[in-house]
Amino acid sequence: MGISLSRFLAILMKEFIQMRRDRMTFAMMIAIPIMQLMLFGFAINSDPRHLPTLVEVHESGPFARRFLAAMETSTYFDIKGTVANAAQTDRILKSGDASFVVTIPPNFERDIIRGDKPALLVAADASDPATSGAATGALTILAQNTINALAIGPLAYLASQPDAFSVISHQRYNPAGKTSYNIVPGLLAVIISMTMVMITAIAIVRESERGTMETLLATPARAPEVMLGKIIPYVLIGYVQTCVFFILAFWVFDVPFMGPIWPFLLGLNLFILVNLALGFLFSTVAKNQMQAMQMSFFYMLPSILLSGFMFPFAAMPGWAQTIGIAIPSTHFMRIIRKIMLKGADLGDIVPDMRSLVIILAIVTTLAMLRYKRTLD
Amino acid sequence: MSTPTQQPVIDVSGLVKRFNGKTVVDKFDIQVPKGAIYGFLGPNGSGKTTTIRMLCGLLTPDAGAGSCLGYDILRQSDRIKEHVGYMTQRFSLYEDLTIRENLDFMGRMYKIPARRAKVSEALETLGLADRSGQLAGELSGGWKQRLALAACLLHDPDLLLLDEPTAGVDPKARRDFWDEIRRLSDEGVTVLVSTHYMDEAIQCDNIAYIAYGEKLIDGPAKDIPQIVGLATWRVEGTDLAALSAQLEGKPGVEQVARFGSALHVSGTDSEQLEAAAKPFMDDTRYKWTRQPAGLEEVFIHLMSGSTDNFAKDKAA
Repeated sequence: MGISLSRFLAILMKEFIQMRRDRMTFAMMIAIPIMQLMLFGFAINSDPRHLPTLVEVHESGPFARRFLAAMETSTYFDIKGTVANAAQTDRILKSGDASFVVTIPPNFERDIIRGDKPALLVAADASDPATSGAATGALTILAQNTINALAIGPLAYLASQPDAFSVISHQRYNPAGKTSYNIVPGLLAVIISMTMVMITAIAIVRESERGTMETLLATPARAPEVMLGKIIPYVLIGYVQTCVFFILAFWVFDVPFMGPIWPFLLGLNLFILVNLALGFLFSTVAKNQMQAMQMSFFYMLPSILLSGFMFPFAAMPGWAQTIGIAIPSTHFMRIIRKIMLKGADLGDIVPDMRSLVIILAIVTTLAMLRYKRTLD
Repeated sequence: MSTPTQQPVIDVSGLVKRFNGKTVVDKFDIQVPKGAIYGFLGPNGSGKTTTIRMLCGLLTPDAGAGSCLGYDILRQSDRIKEHVGYMTQRFSLYEDLTIRENLDFMGRMYKIPARRAKVSEALETLGLADRSGQLAGELSGGWKQRLALAACLLHDPDLLLLDEPTAGVDPKARRDFWDEIRRLSDEGVTVLVSTHYMDEAIQCDNIAYIAYGEKLIDGPAKDIPQIVGLATWRVEGTDLAALSAQLEGKPGVEQVARFGSALHVSGTDSEQLEAAAKPFMDDTRYKWTRQPAGLEEVFIHLMSGSTDNFAKDKAA
């Protein structure tokens, strides 16, 4: 009396047919990744420009003026005025009145000409890394351009010294200085968990609501047959969403994929399974489709806010980290960021994979126990 | 079944089911012999559906024990499900699957051999072969019911549990349906059917009458009038409508029903009934005849809920 392949296939095929007939849901599953990527990728965390900037000028010369002009032309910075000293800089950055303060040190011009390679200090409010990241990145190029532009006449020898002066940026409040690349890979975790959990939860509750659960339960089908048969079609949906995600990530957002593909696929499959099992678990608790939907949204909130997607995980308070650890998205978020951005290999993602396996085991066990083979 | 002629197909005793502290089925016993058509009669909410669901393992009884097809109803519901065809009260196949896909699905769930041939055969028998690609949700009530029956017969069950199978189906389709049930019963399939319709109750070999979760009457259909003990007077003549109005509500008169050109006046207390009828017996317009109660009157009597002497008021 083991598990029957025939019954598993029966449910699997039924799900595929129903999925094909339910065009609205199908369209949603494709539209959600596109919409989310566009919203988070462009609207919410678009490369921010015209950031308020103040200057602490200890000396004004052609290099300093040229550099400040270049900053304005870059459109990243809007120079709003000057500050008198370091204390004022601190206060202004803390209050958020300015995002950047550029300090031009004394004897700046002289040191350049002497070849002492002085440094400009740029203090950035990096509490929102997406805000400061791109602008900070532009500073070095601006310095380079400034040198090139002024390396004429008697100063032509500076052209061969790309480091005639440098820019030291001080990322305040967020020393890790995460870049905006963070957001796009993380979105895959958000997209998959949002759709997978919701769609599975609804697909099963729908059986109870339409009365077809009674037929299903009257057959000798066992819990694993029903669970696998209902879950696997949605794994494929997860793959489709991943493809959509990568198309946009590469061609629209230019996010690189540094690491090897196989560890990523391993993590992806595991993550999809965890979310589907979670949706199945929700469906065993929800009484109707509305409740299933509400529970999915309820789950979405912490999985967006506490998973390290929006805010750096390490900066969260202890209790929030404890909740975050229990959320599958947290671990997949790390896997995909490590692999996509840092080029990590299988060995680097082992702890995250282990966490996902543990969550999967717990959720599946709970779901199997909750799945009632009666109408009680 | 080891001894099909001896052992009842369903043999349960003391079944109890409570929902949120409310007893829906109370100490229910029944023995259903093989090949019988057993009718469950009773008003809405009397526990018919709950009882059927307990028999096929869809609900776990809170108390009681027994066997169904030789398998224990508490521990072997998987085995029971393999041999039972259960037709739900509400159409419960997939409306977004076609007729063939639904049958295919059920065929796979029961792992029937030669599924394709069997499904095609079922479609032919149903007369739906040329519409097999149509979505089940687009079918009319009568066709849905026939499809549902075909789906639960696909795996050649030994026991059919039919929960108000012909609700909302036209009389012609209902007659065809019962011809099919009778044919299956002749082949040895045991049928347990719950119904509201008198003309269906008459088709059953045995009747169990359930009210307020308790089985009040149980016996072969032909013995039911005797068990109920309904006394009936047949009245013929003119102006029966006036007589009917006058008799209605008199003590001892529990039922006044029109049967063709005659009026049947019935009550369970024979003496009280006669006392109530006495004043009208001398009326020359009417001709009174005492006659044994027929099945039909008994069923009207049972269905109308005027079964005060049986039903202990439980304030259900």
